[in-house]
Parts: sequence; structure tokens; C-alpha cells
Amino acid sequence: MSAAQPPPRIHYLNVSYGIRSWLVTTDHKRIAWLYLLSITFFFVIGGLFAVFMRLELLTPEGDLVQADTYNKLFTLHGVTMVFFFLIPSIPAVLGNFLVPIMIGARDLAFPRLNLASWYIYTLGGAFTLAAAAAGGVDTGWTFYTPYSSIYSNTHVALTVVGIFITGFSSILTGLNFIVTIHKMRAPGMTWFRLPLFIWAHYATSIIFVLGTPVLAITLVLVALERLFHLGIFDPALGGDPILFQHLFWFYSHPAVYIMILPAMGVVSELIACFSRKRIFGYDFVAFASLAIAVIGFLVWGHHMFVSGQSVYASMVFSILSFLVAIPSAIKVFNWTATLYKGSVSYDAPMLYALGFIGLFTIGGLTGLFLATLGIDVHVHDTYFVIAHFHYIMVGGAVMGYLGGIHFWWPKMTGRTYPEGWARLAALIVFIGFNLTFFPQFLLGYLGMPRRYHAYPPEFQVLNVMSTAGASILGTGYVIPLIYLIWSLRYGAVAGANPWLAKGLEWQTSSPPPTDNFEITPLVTEEAYAYADAEGENDLPLRKPVDV
Amino acid sequence: MSETSTLIAHQFDDAEQQRESSTLGMWIFLATEVMFFGGIFLGYIVYRSQYPIAFAAASNRLDIWLGLINTAVLICSSFTMVLAVYNAAAAQRRALQTNLLLTIVLGCVFLSIKLYEYHMKFEENLVPGASFAFPAPLAPAAEIFFSFYFAMTGMHAVHMVIGIGLLGGLLFRAGRGWYSPEYFTPVELVGLYWHFVDIVWIFLFPLLYLVGRHL
Repeated sequence: MSAAQPPPRIHYLNVSYGIRSWLVTTDHKRIAWLYLLSITFFFVIGGLFAVFMRLELLTPEGDLVQADTYNKLFTLHGVTMVFFFLIPSIPAVLGNFLVPIMIGARDLAFPRLNLASWYIYTLGGAFTLAAAAAGGVDTGWTFYTPYSSIYSNTHVALTVVGIFITGFSSILTGLNFIVTIHKMRAPGMTWFRLPLFIWAHYATSIIFVLGTPVLAITLVLVALERLFHLGIFDPALGGDPILFQHLFWFYSHPAVYIMILPAMGVVSELIACFSRKRIFGYDFVAFASLAIAVIGFLVWGHHMFVSGQSVYASMVFSILSFLVAIPSAIKVFNWTATLYKGSVSYDAPMLYALGFIGLFTIGGLTGLFLATLGIDVHVHDTYFVIAHFHYIMVGGAVMGYLGGIHFWWPKMTGRTYPEGWARLAALIVFIGFNLTFFPQFLLGYLGMPRRYHAYPPEFQVLNVMSTAGASILGTGYVIPLIYLIWSLRYGAVAGANPWLAKGLEWQTSSPPPTDNFEITPLVTEEAYAYADAEGENDLPLRKPVDV
Repeated sequence: MSETSTLIAHQFDDAEQQRESSTLGMWIFLATEVMFFGGIFLGYIVYRSQYPIAFAAASNRLDIWLGLINTAVLICSSFTMVLAVYNAAAAQRRALQTNLLLTIVLGCVFLSIKLYEYHMKFEENLVPGASFAFPAPLAPAAEIFFSFYFAMTGMHAVHMVIGIGLLGGLLFRAGRGWYSPEYFTPVELVGLYWHFVDIVWIFLFPLLYLVGRHL
């Protein structure tokens, strides 16, 4: 093994050519690329909506866009980013690529279903884009009734149908992962030898298959209510709009864990590799993923503290929301403990992983503020909430995604990215992110409500800081886009294991052959066996990379 | 896609792994279906406890005999489905075709009766919307009952239609001799799906038709 042997003559990328060979492929690695391109497209679209929002918020007056337009902007930003970027991001791209390879399988259990899930995703995306092009939708990504079911004059039904369809791609991906992880592990790959990335995806898949159908039926009812005037959520007809909120958050709160759990899986891989150590408390980190998935289903009511929910229900939901912080904290502490006495190196993926730990901690702790009944009444629906969930979704999930993309880029493409540029971009993203969203904590605490296009003049300084940060953050996202594309042609040939990392994915060539392995691997050691019991490294330390 | 169905797909090591994976996949899919129907059952339970009298009164407007006949039809169709799986395992091709066809026919009988019921409700102005008519004080809550009635039985009917389509595919392939005692997983899995759809009806029937009969 080790550095820069040439890539194999025939691998999954050059085994066949032409657009058709990609559109009918059942190779999980190629489907990962299809997803990568699609979600990047939606990330750019969702980002553009955010650009206009931040520009509008530069000044207190509503001068760039009208209130109605602004409502559509934040709705479409939320819908594209949540349903078409964040939820599929790590599972459908990195998960698709890595789950079979990491467990030593030739493919997912149902390759055609996997391809179908990409087409379903694309179809759902087309519906939502059509809704955006036809004039947009203005309900917020939460589609609260009765506004969404009766009063809104925008394209609610079309958008909702798009999300409904896309939900099935999540369900099928989750189903595929669960079956694959149960039934397709290589000989010797016991449950407690699985990389933590796999545990995280297993937990995520459970949420996919149990949560998404509830969102589906909820959206069906909203669409039926709009089209046929059923009265299920309409208070004028005796219906209950709060029931919608219960059903919606029963999926949409666990959906946050769909976004963060795979990122946690990525971070576990990165921390282990770049500290040259086995993850501290492997079992605890693995079970923490499952605990988050399970407890995450029981906390949805914390979105409804001021919706007229019973105060006793609110107290229970508050306690359960505190409980879900425990497994999350276990992970953070264990990653940090892994760094202790590790041989830490600061390559770009590790910068993202360390950034993740810090930002996720801030996002998680402010989540505890929001789970507290009294404080939530004060900051509910303010920018404090916006800042909190962006620390989780962007500071957490997107940082994890970018770290993972950099880490496995040599495996996916056979080429290395330019390390110096990558470290610079990671730094820019971190600085830009904090400058964008930290001021929003202050804005929210001072009382600026979310979803308004105008605000009192005393909030302007913090809003200008936020917009400035957003432009830095945007730059930080564009740089990797450029050098990653550049590296496809000009990057140095990576070799099978450029990071000298553990894990089955590094034992096969880069890029891997279509069947992933020449011979099915036999697993004989724990995950992350970077050092033996006496602390002697059985792998050489990596030489520092020239920057 | 392979022409000979007994081939093992390239990602599997052996037939057993393939069969176990497919079966597990189907059970997980059925779990998602439980959650899907679970959402609408939850809504039904909430409103039934909120408007018990209106729900009972509205439930009395459904035709219990048609519901009962349909329940019997579906149970019979599950029986023929079980026989079909047995026939596939026992290499009885002719009997397999007969039982698949019988299951399809019973499914169509169910849907026809259901359609007739929808028609009757339309005639009686019990379809939610502008023309909905019900004795005054209970009308809004009764309309919610019928919203659930149409949404739940409609969703169930959609699943029936999909099931009949799947059975049609099985029937076609059974005619071509795709299934053997070594390979009949598709028959088994469509069977699981069909039984699941039946069970949903077994819950729907008492909830919608029998809820108010004690009054």
C-alpha cells in the first residue's frame, strides 16, 4: 500500500462512457455522483435565494424587494436547502458511495432501487422548481395551516407534491442502507467493527424510514385540503391547525438529526484518521447515534411551546429535549478525548472536523436555551432560532459534508485537491459562517423577529455584519467548487490510500473498480486500528504536506 | 436485468442472502407504510375523541352491509394469496396462476363495491365540500368524519390498485414460468404487501363503520 501507485486501468469511472451509461447506471458510486451534481445545483439555487435575503436586510427599510417577494425568498431558501440539499447531502452522496465499500460489499442491496431513488428525487425537484418558476410559494418551509391550506395564493400544492415525491427517495435510500448494513457485510465485519460512519448512517436510515412517511401523509392532507376543501386542519370547519404542527414536526424535528447524524459519522472518521487514534469510547459513540435517532422522535413538541399546547405536554417535551443533548454531548466529549495525545495534523478535512465540533457545540448549547420553556417564550420565532439552527445545519451538517468531500475526494476521483487552497477555504468558511450567524443570536436576543423584510434601524449594525459574513461565507463555498473541478484534470494522482487511513475503502484502488474489491475482503481487526494496545503505531506517521 | 430469473444479482453472494435481503427490505417498507397510515389514524383518533357524537351519527350513514361484504371479500383474497405463495413453493404453476387471478378478481370486486359506496355518498350529499348536507348542529364535525372517510379509504384504495398491478405482473411472469421452488421471493413479497393492505382495511372497517353502532 501507501503512496501514489498509478490508478487501475479500468475503474468505475471509465468502465463505460457516454451520458446514457450514467443515466442507466446501477453502480452506487456513479449514483453518488448523480446526487452530487443534483444537490450542488440545488445548493446554488438555495444560496441565491439567501443572497437576495441578506441584501434586502442590509438596510432597515424594505427597499430591494417587497414583503411578498421576501416571503417567497425565505420559503424557497428553506425548502430547497432542507429538502433538496441538506437531507440528501451526506447520505445520498457520501453514504451512497461509501456504505457498500466500508462494509466490504459490491453494491447496495437494491441497486436499481437506488437509481430509482435518484430519479424520484429529480422528479420532486422538478416539481418544486416549477413552483418556484411559476411564481413561488410564501408559507415558509413549515407550511403551517390554515395559511398554507386556505389563505395563501401561491403554489403551495405544487411545492408540497414536490416534497412528497422527494420524500420517497429518502425512504428508499434509508431502506437500502438498512438492508445493506444488515445483510451485506464482508466476512469478519461484525457490528462492532463497523466504522462509526456506518452506525451514523444506520441511525439516519431509521429516521428516514419511520419519519418521512408521516410527513408524506401530512402533506397529502394539506394538498387534499387545498384541492377538495376537506376541513381537517381548518378551524372554521372544526378542524385543528395545531394537529398539522404536531404531524409536521414529528417528521421535521427528526429531520434535523437526518442532517446532523451523517455529519457526525463523517467527523468520527476524520478525527480518528487525523489524530492517528482509535475513537475514544467507540461503543458509546455508536450507541449515541442510535440514542439520538430514538430520542429525536420524542421531542417535536418543543417547536410548539407558544402554539397553545398543554403546559404539561410542554414540560415533558422540554425534559426530553434536554435528554437528547446527552448523546450529542457524549459524541463531542469523545471526539475531544480522541484528540488527547493523538498525533494531530491539520489537513483541510480535519479543519472542517474541528470547526464542526466547535460550531456544533454552540448550536447544541443554544438548543438547550430554546428547550427551556421560559427562555423559548422570549426568543421564539426570533433570529435567535435562525442562528441556532444554522449553527447545526450549516455549521454542523455542511461543515461535515465539506470535510467528507475533501477526505474522500481522492477515493472518488483518484486525484488529490490542492491542500493549500483547501485549508484557506476551510478557514474562510469558518470565519464567514461565524460572522454571518453569531450576530443573529444577538439580534434574536434583542427581539428581532424572523421572516420580516424590514426592521427597526437600531438592528442595522448587526445585520450589516451578518450580510458581510454571508459574502465571505459565499466566497468560501465558491473556492472549493473551483479547485475541486480543477483537480479532476490537474490534481496529483492520489494512490489507494493518500491519508494512510484505516478502513476498507482505503484498501481498494482509487478510483475503485465497479465491484469495489478484486476479492471480497476479510476483516480481522477493529475499526480505526491506528495503534496497538501499547500505543505503538502500526502505521507510519504522515509526512506534513507542503502547503 | 437478467432474462433468467433464477440468477443471483451480482451484488449478492448467494440465493439465501438475496432472499433474506429482499424480505427484510419488504418488511422495512411495510414499516414505512405503518407510519404513513399511522399519521392519518392519529388524526382520526384526535377528532373522534373531540366530536364523539357527530362521528357516531356520521358513521351511521355508512352502509354496514357493504362494508361487511367488502371485509369478507378481502379476507378471501388474502386466503387465495396465501394459496398462491404455497403453489409457487410447490411448483404448481397452473394453481399459482388460478390463485393469483382469483386474488385479482377479489381485489376488483372490493374496488367496485367501494366505488358504488362512493357513488351513494355522492348522491346523499355526503362528500365534503360545498354540497355537503347533514343535520345542522353536527354538520361541521360530520364533514370532518367524511373527510377522513374519503381520505382513508381513498388511500387504501390506491394501495389496492397498486397491489392489483403487482399481482398482474406476477401472473404474467408466472405464465412464463419465472417462479420455481428455488425462486419465488416476488410472490412471497407481493403476498406480504397484499396482507398488509388487508390489515389496514381490518382496522378501517370498525373505525369507520362500527364506531357508532351502539347508539
